[in-house]
Amino acid sequence: MDDKTLNSQKNKRPTRLTRHLNAKIASVPMILTAVVVFVGCSVWTIVHSFTKSRMLPKLEFVGFKQYDRLWSTKRWLVSVDNLLIYGICSLIFTLVIGFILAALLDRKIRFENTFRTIFLYPFALSFIVTGLVWQWILNPDFGLQSLVRETGWSSFTFDPLNNPDIVIYGILIAGLWQGTGLIMCILLAGLRGIDEDIWKATRIDGIPIWKTYLFVIIPMMKPVFITALVLIAAGIVKVYDLVVAQTSGGPGLASEVPAKYVYDKMFLAQNLGQGFAASTMMLVMVFIILIPYLYLQYGGKRHD
Amino acid sequence: MKITKNTLATLRNTCLGLSFAALTGSAQAVDLEVTHWWTSGGEAAAVAEFAKALNENTEHNWIDGAIAGSGGTARPIMISRILGGDPMAATQFNHGRQTEELIDAGLMLDLTDVAEAEGWKDVVNPTSLLDSCTYDGKIYCVPVNIHSWQWIWLSHQAYKDAGVDVPSNWDEFVAAAPALQKAGKVPLALGGQSWQSSGAFGVLAIAIAGMDAWSAVNVDKSAETAAGPEYKKVFEAAVAARELAKGSNVQDWNQATNLVITGKAGGQIMGDWAQGEFQVAGQVAGEDYTCLPGLGVNEVISTGGDAFYFPKLKDPAMESAQKELAALMMSKEVQVNFNLKKGSLPVRGDVNLEAANDCMKKGLEILAGGNILPDVNQVFSSDTADQINDLMVEFWASDDVSAEDAQNRYAEIIADAD
Repeated sequence: MDDKTLNSQKNKRPTRLTRHLNAKIASVPMILTAVVVFVGCSVWTIVHSFTKSRMLPKLEFVGFKQYDRLWSTKRWLVSVDNLLIYGICSLIFTLVIGFILAALLDRKIRFENTFRTIFLYPFALSFIVTGLVWQWILNPDFGLQSLVRETGWSSFTFDPLNNPDIVIYGILIAGLWQGTGLIMCILLAGLRGIDEDIWKATRIDGIPIWKTYLFVIIPMMKPVFITALVLIAAGIVKVYDLVVAQTSGGPGLASEVPAKYVYDKMFLAQNLGQGFAASTMMLVMVFIILIPYLYLQYGGKRHD
Repeated sequence: MKITKNTLATLRNTCLGLSFAALTGSAQAVDLEVTHWWTSGGEAAAVAEFAKALNENTEHNWIDGAIAGSGGTARPIMISRILGGDPMAATQFNHGRQTEELIDAGLMLDLTDVAEAEGWKDVVNPTSLLDSCTYDGKIYCVPVNIHSWQWIWLSHQAYKDAGVDVPSNWDEFVAAAPALQKAGKVPLALGGQSWQSSGAFGVLAIAIAGMDAWSAVNVDKSAETAAGPEYKKVFEAAVAARELAKGSNVQDWNQATNLVITGKAGGQIMGDWAQGEFQVAGQVAGEDYTCLPGLGVNEVISTGGDAFYFPKLKDPAMESAQKELAALMMSKEVQVNFNLKKGSLPVRGDVNLEAANDCMKKGLEILAGGNILPDVNQVFSSDTADQINDLMVEFWASDDVSAEDAQNRYAEIIADAD
């Protein structure tokens, strides 16, 4: 018997390539897309970021000149700062607010479906619409500020979009309004996946609810949190349309973001080299986010 | 299944019909798709004059390819269509250096023979317009109008409310500003978009530093002059103007113009296209508003504007139609009709604009006197212009940038300019 199985295994071994053949054929287009479009174009972009391409891509290399200029440009530095502030705040607030909403909905309240729809609804709107809506809400002359002033509190001032120091938080508010609903839904799904028995056990042990959430439930939801984290992070790096719709980078340069720099340099300034250098730096930023994620997701398993 | 079959049959019939039409149709008449970014009321009416002229005078058809948004939105679309092998028959650009690389790559049609046959060299005034269309001795575009930046528009209403006279130059404007502020008005309306800040600075530079210093910096790219005492005065004046512009809180230029029209703001530094807004609002030059070329200090105008370029097409029938359109755009009648609607100055010195209003007449006088400058698009590459825009929008919006700091950075950009 043993010999036979060994033999048959030996016979199958050379055909490893043809194992799951259908599945492999089916994935060829996806692999090609990934290699040609993602990897190929990324490499092409990186190579051209070392050239002095203007409107048309040209292979006249100038070394790190584009990067030198990029990192000595005020606008790019402001953009990176803004992305950091927006990114950190957005990450924290989306997760905290999303989780609190999810936990509240999970307490088996009445009209859960209605609330869920209301919270998720902003996600159905595009960033452009979100941006315009919040541009109007935050407009001092006919938005929130004038509404409060009409009620009698005439010294009330809330005008983030025209104040360079806090404009990025005005954008953050709109971003949170749009994105928290989805994270809430994902976390709610995670909460529903927790076994009822765990709740029963903690109740018998007399552990307060908030402690149960903090020390039992949240650690159990690690995979769900990682998914949520990646979704939020991807949304942060590519933030563009929200800014364009709300402030178009103003006042001054106060709400510029990297993606907008890339677009403006490539198409408005007709300076592809500079745009490519900036987009390469954005790729680096994505890798900085991606590497800890990959480590969390796959690195840990090796020790198991 | 049935639906699919029917659809297929319809498709086949349509294809047959189309090829039939192509076979029998005359080889001469073609459709010319023309792309441009003129979408506001007055602009669309002006473009319609071109379309009318083409449809009536030739057998070709004008296919309107208006792209909404400003030139900043439209130009990338146009350029990627030309680069991507889907060129239109003709397209608007600001003449100058925006198309240099497209011409260099051999993607644009050479119009030299049309220009010679029609004698453009003798009629185009100022000749710098045709020079901007010329690359390596060949002519690649048709200039259609002249727009100038060097104007300030003043609201009579605002000054009446504040109880002071309407200023007649920049110094009086600055002196009258406190009275306006007391009356709860913004002295200087300025929109938040970067090209507006940078345009306003350019106008201040010509008025305050004078023609020589301006040319040294903008034409000869002298970083020394940009860092020098004449430009120091400009930056100091700009800091003062920055104070006057506080409280505008608008983005688009026409919203800022509207502040002037409604008397909420004293004035606006803006190009002559602002005139269209006053006209639409039913205001009369000299009665409801005043325009001062060169801020009333140095009466000069820059001669930028719009031009049409013709991408190279394979079909010879299309090429001859393109050349017909090019000749038509420069013809006397079309120039008059188009520019009256557009509110811009004609590119020919030999046409009569009796219907022009006060401000346009001022512009024509300066043009006839030869007090003209090249436009930003003609002296700077898009890259340099964009860097200046970035600096200016930051400078005008934030008190943190001092005049000295801004001047140093400006001089650096000029030193690297190409």
